[in-house]
Amino acid sequence: MIPEIGHFALILALCVAVVQGSLPIYGAAVGSSTLMSVAKPAARGQFILVLLAFCCLGYAFAAKDFSVLYVAATSNSQLPLHYRLAAIWGAHEGSLLLWTFILTIWMVAVTFFSTHLPEAMRARILGVMGLVSLGFLLFMLTVSNPFERLIPAAVDGRDLNPLLQDPGMVIHPPMLYMGYVGFSVAFAFAIAALLGGTLDAAWARWSRPWTTVAWCFLTVGIALGSGWAYYELGWGGWWFWDPVENASFMPWLAGTALIHSLAVTDKRGGFKVWTVLLAIMAFALSLMGTFLVRSGVLTSVHAFATDPKRGLFILAFLAVVIGGSLILYAWRAPRVGLGGGFALVSREAMLLGNNVLLVAALGAVLLGTLYPLFLDALGLGKISVGPPYFDTVFVPLMTPAVFLMGIGPLAQWKKASLPGLAMRLRWAFAVSVATALALPFVLGKWTPLISLGLLLALWIVTTTAIHLRERLAHDDGSSLWDRLAAVPRSYWGMLLAHCGIALFIVGVTMVKGFEVEKDVRMNVGETATIGGYTFRFDGSQELKGPNYMAARGTFRVSQDGRDVTVMYPEKRLYTVQNQTLTEAAIDSGLLRDLYVSLGEPLEDGAWSVRLYHKPFIDWIWGGCLIMALGGVLAISDRRYRLAWRREEADVPAATQTAGQKIS
Amino acid sequence: MKRFLLPLAIFVVMVGFLAVGLTLDPRKVPSPLVGKSAPDFSLPQLHDQEKVFSSNELRGKVWLLNFWASWCGGCKDEHPVLMQLAQSGEVPIYGMDYKDRREEALTWLRRWGNPYPVIAVDESGRVGINYGVYGVPETYMIDKAGVIRYKQIGPLDEDTVKGKILPLVREFQNK
Amino acid sequence: MRWLLVMILLVPCLAEAKEARPLADNPQAEARLKRLAVELRCLVCQNQTLADSNAPLAEDLRREVRAMIAQDMSDKDIIDFLVARYGDFVLYRPPLKATTALLWLGPFLLLIAGATTLVRALRRRQKKLADVALSEEERHRVAQLLSEGAKHS
Repeated sequence: MIPEIGHFALILALCVAVVQGSLPIYGAAVGSSTLMSVAKPAARGQFILVLLAFCCLGYAFAAKDFSVLYVAATSNSQLPLHYRLAAIWGAHEGSLLLWTFILTIWMVAVTFFSTHLPEAMRARILGVMGLVSLGFLLFMLTVSNPFERLIPAAVDGRDLNPLLQDPGMVIHPPMLYMGYVGFSVAFAFAIAALLGGTLDAAWARWSRPWTTVAWCFLTVGIALGSGWAYYELGWGGWWFWDPVENASFMPWLAGTALIHSLAVTDKRGGFKVWTVLLAIMAFALSLMGTFLVRSGVLTSVHAFATDPKRGLFILAFLAVVIGGSLILYAWRAPRVGLGGGFALVSREAMLLGNNVLLVAALGAVLLGTLYPLFLDALGLGKISVGPPYFDTVFVPLMTPAVFLMGIGPLAQWKKASLPGLAMRLRWAFAVSVATALALPFVLGKWTPLISLGLLLALWIVTTTAIHLRERLAHDDGSSLWDRLAAVPRSYWGMLLAHCGIALFIVGVTMVKGFEVEKDVRMNVGETATIGGYTFRFDGSQELKGPNYMAARGTFRVSQDGRDVTVMYPEKRLYTVQNQTLTEAAIDSGLLRDLYVSLGEPLEDGAWSVRLYHKPFIDWIWGGCLIMALGGVLAISDRRYRLAWRREEADVPAATQTAGQKIS
Repeated sequence: MKRFLLPLAIFVVMVGFLAVGLTLDPRKVPSPLVGKSAPDFSLPQLHDQEKVFSSNELRGKVWLLNFWASWCGGCKDEHPVLMQLAQSGEVPIYGMDYKDRREEALTWLRRWGNPYPVIAVDESGRVGINYGVYGVPETYMIDKAGVIRYKQIGPLDEDTVKGKILPLVREFQNK
Repeated sequence: MRWLLVMILLVPCLAEAKEARPLADNPQAEARLKRLAVELRCLVCQNQTLADSNAPLAEDLRREVRAMIAQDMSDKDIIDFLVARYGDFVLYRPPLKATTALLWLGPFLLLIAGATTLVRALRRRQKKLADVALSEEERHRVAQLLSEGAKHS
C-alpha cells in the first residue's frame, strides 16, 4: 500500500511539474501576474509530493518490504537500519528519487529567498526548474520506477553492496547531489535572463549566492567521495581520474569558473554573455555526469548497474534541455550589450584568464574521459586513458591558474599596472621560490614536482598575506580591530577559499612526494618500521558483525619507544553477496596518516600486511573543507543578509544595482 | 554572429558521439592478433596426458581454437552451438582447457558432450596470455598458414557462426 | 654455571622482536613491478590498475611481468609484450600516435585557443568602446546636466 502511495505521489508531482514548467513561463512572456503566481505554490506542492514519495520508499526499506523490487535488490534483513535507509540511494532508481527530491528542496529554497527578485524573473526560474524536474519524474515513472513491485515477494534481499555499507555512503551522495542539482538554479537564472532579455549586473548579483552554495556542496561532496575511496577501497588511493570521479569534477571546474565570472559581471557588468554560457555549461556537465554514470558508455568502479535504454532517455533529456538552452543562447545572446570596458592588464582580465585556464582544464578532463569513446565510435581502435594522462595534462594547466590567483586580487579593476604589481609581489615571489627550492632538501627528498607544488602553495599564502596587509593599511587613524571589522565577509571568504587551495596543494605534493609503502609478511610478534613508526603485529582474531564475518588484526604502533596507538584492520566476508572486503585501519594525524591493511592469511597465523606512511594527506580534504568554508563565509556577507531580510521589492530591479558599497 | 552558434555545434557533435557510444561495449577488448600468426604452443592433452598437442600439427588446415573451462558459465551457453558445429564437420574445433582442474574438466565434458577431437590443457594460463585471452569462452579461427583470422569474445551463438565464422572458414578453406 | 651463560646469551634473542620479512622475495624487482603495474590496466576489472586488482587474470599478468623482469627485459619490451597481445587498451598512458595526437595536444590547443579568443575579445571590446567619443554638442549637454545635478543635491 505504502509504495503505491509513493508511486501515486510521483505521478501527481509530474502533473504539478507540467503546470509549473509551462504556466509561469508563459505568464512571464505575456505579463500575466495570475499565471506567474502559480510558480510558488506549484514548487512547494512538488516538494511535498516528492517528500512523500521519498518517505514511502524509506518506509519500505525500514520495514524490509521485499515485495518492492528496488528494496529486494539493494537491502537485506540483516542490514542495519541506518544502512537500510542509506540504501534508498544505493542504486539507480532510488538515487534518481534523491536527485528529484533535492531538486524540489532547491525549488522551495528559491520560493523563500527570492522575494527581492522581479516577479517575471522568479516565475521563469521556477518554470525552468519545473521543466527539469518534469524530465526526471518522467524518467522515473517510465523506465526507472523505484516503486516497482516484485511478485511474488523475495524471501530476502540481495543486500547492499558491501563497499557501500559505510558512513561515507550515507553522506557523500546527498552532498554531491546538493551540488549538482544546485547548479540547476544558476542554470535557471541564466535561462530566465535570456528569456526575459534583462541580462545585467543585478542578475549576476542575485545569481551569485545560489551558485556559491551549490559550489560549496559540490566541493564537500567530492572531498567526501575522495576520502571515502581512501579508507574504504583498501589501497590508499584517493583519486583515480575514474570517469565517474571526472563526471563530478567537471561541473566543479565549471562552477569555480562561474563564481569568478559572476564576480566580474556583478561588479563591472562585463562579460555577461560568457557568464550565461558558463552557467549553462555547468548544469550541462551535471546532466552529462548523470548520463555517464548510468548509461554504461564508460567503465567505472562507481557506475550504477547500466542499461542503454536508460542511457537513451537521459541523453535525449540532455539533448533537449541543453540543446534548447544553447539555441536560446545563440538567439538572444547577440543582443546583450557590452559591459564596462577594461584593459588587457586588469583584475577583470585576470579573472577571465582564470576562466580560460579552468575551462581548458575542464576541456582536458572531458577530452580524456570521452576520448576512448570517440575512437571506438569511429572504429579507430580501443584505448584507455588513465591517471598518467590526466596527471601529465592537468598540472601544467593549473599551475598558471594558481599564479593568477596570487596576482588577481591585487590587480586594480579596469586598469592595472604590471610593473606596479611586480613591485608589490616581489617579496612574495622571492620568499616562495627560495623556500620551495630549499625545503625539500630539508625534508629529505628533492624533485622538481615537489618544489613546484610547494612553490604554488607558498605563492598563494604569501600573496594573500600581502593583499591582507595592504588592505588593512590605512592612515585614517582607526585601530587594527576597527579595520579588521570593516573587512567584509566576502573578502574573508575569498582569502579562506584560496588558502584552502594552498592547503590542498601542500597535501597532494607531500603525499605524492613523500609517502612510503611497505608490503611485509608478519608473524605474530614481528615488527615492521615505516616512516619512523614501528608496527608490532599482535595476532588476529575472528569476530562476527551484523551481516559479515571478519578476521581482525591487532597492531601496536610505537615511535621512538613510546606507544602511539593500536590499530585494528579487518578482512570482512559479507555473507549475503559472498564478497570479501578489506577494512583498512587508519590512524589520522595532522601531519600524517598511518594506514594498515591486511592482505592474505599465511601459515601459522601470519598475514601479508601492507603498511603506509602518508604525510599531510589529511590536508587534501582539510583544504577542500576550508575552500567550502570560504564559500559559506562569502555568502554570509552583509549585503546578502540584508537582501534576505528585505520584504517584497518595491523598487524596480534596475535601480537596485546602484549605490551598494562593494569591496 | 556565428560564434554564438559554436557552443551548440560542439554540443551536437558530442551528443552524436554519446549516442553512438550507447551501442558500443566499453569492456570489449578487440584482439591485436587478428591478421597475425597464431602463437605456437605445445601442451599436454586433457584425455591422454602423455601425449602433446602442438599448434603446428594443424598447418594446412583451417581450424577453430576454443578456450573454455568447467567453471565458466558462458561456456555452457555456447556448448550446444559447438556440438552442432562439430557434428556438421565443416571445421574442426580444438579445445583449450583454460586454468581448470583435470577431474572437473573431464566430468564437465562427460556431462555436456565433447565436440573437440583434441583438447590441450593450459593450466597456468600462459598460453591464454599469449593469445590475449582475458576471459572465457573465447574462440579463434586460424587459417592454413597459421594466421588468426577472427576472434570471438564471449559465447558463440548460431547467428555469429552462420553469419561470420562459417563464411570465413569457407573462404580460407578454398585458398 | 654453563647453563647460566647459555641463558645470558639467549636473552638478547628473546628481548628483540623479530623484524618482519618483506612479502616479495626480491623487493627491488617488486618495486619495478609496481611502477609498471600502476600504469597497466586490469582487463577484467571495472577500471583498476594491474597493481591494485585481485582478479585471477591480474595475478597471472603480474606473475608474467615478474618473470619478464627476472629475465632482465627492459620496461619498453615488457610493455610491447603486453600491447602485442592485448592492444593499447592495456595501457593507462595512451601511446602517442596519429589517433591520439588530438588527445595529447588537445588541452594545450584549447588553452591557446582560449587565450587568443580572450585577447581578441578584449581588443574588440576596447575598440568598440573607444570608438564612442562624445561629440561637441554632447559634451556641452553633459556639462549642463552635471551642473544641474550639482544644483539639486
